[in-house]
Amino acid sequence: MSLPDKTGHFNGFGGRYVPETLIYALDELTQEYEKAKRDKSFRQELDYYLRNYAGRPTPLYLAKNLSNYLGKARIYLKREDLLHTGAHKINNTLGQIILAKRMKKTRIIAETGAGQHGVATATVAAMFGLKCDIYMGAVDMERQKINVFRMKLLGARVIPVHSGSKTLKDALTEALRDWVTNVRNTHYIIGSVAGPHPYPAMVRDFQAIIGKETKQQIKELENRLPDYLVACVGGGSNAMGLFYPFFKNREVKFIGVEAAGEGLSSNRHAATLVKGSIGVLHGSKSKLLQDKFGQVNIAHSIAAGLDYPGVGPEHTYYQKIGRAKYVAVTDKEALEGFKLLSITEGIIPALEPAHAIFYLKKLVPKVKKNSIIIVCLSGRGDKDVHIVSEFMRL
Amino acid sequence: MTRIEEKFRDLKRARKKAFIAFITAGYPDLKTTQALVKELEKKGVDIIELGVPFSDPLADGPVIQRASEISLRKGTNLHKILQMVKELRCDVKIPLCLMSYYNPIFRFGKDKFFKLASCYGVDGLIIPDLPPEEDKNLLSLSRKNNIDIILFISPTTTKERIKFISHLARGFIYYVSLTGVTGVRERLSSDLIKNLKMIRQITHKPVCVGFGISRPQHLRQIYKIADGAIVGSAIVQKISENLGKRDLVRKIGKFVEDLINT
Repeated sequence: MSLPDKTGHFNGFGGRYVPETLIYALDELTQEYEKAKRDKSFRQELDYYLRNYAGRPTPLYLAKNLSNYLGKARIYLKREDLLHTGAHKINNTLGQIILAKRMKKTRIIAETGAGQHGVATATVAAMFGLKCDIYMGAVDMERQKINVFRMKLLGARVIPVHSGSKTLKDALTEALRDWVTNVRNTHYIIGSVAGPHPYPAMVRDFQAIIGKETKQQIKELENRLPDYLVACVGGGSNAMGLFYPFFKNREVKFIGVEAAGEGLSSNRHAATLVKGSIGVLHGSKSKLLQDKFGQVNIAHSIAAGLDYPGVGPEHTYYQKIGRAKYVAVTDKEALEGFKLLSITEGIIPALEPAHAIFYLKKLVPKVKKNSIIIVCLSGRGDKDVHIVSEFMRL
Repeated sequence: MTRIEEKFRDLKRARKKAFIAFITAGYPDLKTTQALVKELEKKGVDIIELGVPFSDPLADGPVIQRASEISLRKGTNLHKILQMVKELRCDVKIPLCLMSYYNPIFRFGKDKFFKLASCYGVDGLIIPDLPPEEDKNLLSLSRKNNIDIILFISPTTTKERIKFISHLARGFIYYVSLTGVTGVRERLSSDLIKNLKMIRQITHKPVCVGFGISRPQHLRQIYKIADGAIVGSAIVQKISENLGKRDLVRKIGKFVEDLINT
């Protein structure tokens, strides 16, 4: 049976834990999405914009220098960093804005952490001519100033969120409050495979283009499937996008890399799957970082896009059934990964996939010779250069 | 018959409407909450909702958000709130409901929660982020333990769903007066009367209206068509304004008394 089931559950995870007011909007969205999926004109329109506006397909690039440096394996990078707006987020925002138009919504809202999803949302809203408000934690606005400016330049309003930890979690909560209030004319573009049903499944499907292309490309390049897929996991959209089309290919191992922040024993990390427990946050049941009373902890990561105490329910499901393995990489190690890819390949990665890059140093020594490893390079590092420069002397 | 059902039966006989007060438990501290509950009963409040603070209260506006944050910082948790209800039950006779987001109850353990809540004298449970279809086990646990599960109907709820929800609802139905979060509003939503009339045709269970209700004229309008009104943010706001004052409890009592007597 394909998951989620009709009620939006992945073997018990997921669902819809939301105020009654939103049920009608989620029903409407589910129906519209199911209809659109079967509608050839929807698929054609999305495909058109993915190709001509976003820049798909993205290359699957053999990172020879990095492979030689680490030895043993052939490492490929799925170059989502080359997309318009600089990250994989646009795959999803394009899909959702076309849906919003079909539902005749006049206003778009979104939450953002690193600002990549906010920029990708503001971008498509500008192109399709819809009003756009982006919620962003005040702390994140400070550390991702350039993206704040980009969103404003694109005509969006960026609304600072001062409650709680002033990061992604609080931006999501605030966006949900806005949606409850303006549900009749507003579509909420959630940026990850999180939130209430149908978001986890819908965002996964829009991001699955990453894995579908990868599958075809690696067959052409190597005439076989890869041994490992590696991707960073915050909410988990780039990882799910890469993994999902390979779900049935049992020989392909999935590794999700979370943010260990200042260390897994420090309490300042965002390793939800590695260290969290089952609970309900932002509309779905999944793993989360919480205290023994069910209060949600504040996450920490140097990468604003991973700085989230929850994770998409399908990842929790993958972990439970043993389909994917989840590991964590610290801030310090991520910085090393950031530098490593820059120096070996001339590619400056975002801090989020820099976690996945670093993990290769641990993984490669353990794999069989000539293994094929594919890393999702989910975004480029321009937005992080000023943060990294505070930690690094050159 | 549960204490909430008895309450509505008595009110109906007396041709009266329910005044339901919400306060955030542990704001500014649990001792004050305890004193407030007693004072509110004395002033004629019919049912009290005690808000269990949560780190991410997505159905709440700024007033209750801030109160929850402060309460959490003081170390309030579900365990302590249940203990408080147990102590209160020695002298408080009116129905007491807990309003909690799902996660604190889930984390506490549903079985353990219902057992303790029922034993300590909790009468009703309101979970703003739980549509009834999402946890049937919780619904049956609440019935088994004689705790009324109070469900929401909102302006966007379809007719089909109104039937479904009112069938499952116990105690009373919580009608959300507007699409939005909790918080004081100037005036009531224009489609309120129309929507309530429709709900009335579908169910005979008591319907009370909450969200945004803060003024005497709001109460008068609601009492014409519903069985009761729920006032939350306006009271919590008043508590905020009187923090640190020795006569805080008395002032809140007076504020609520004035509302009730309109």
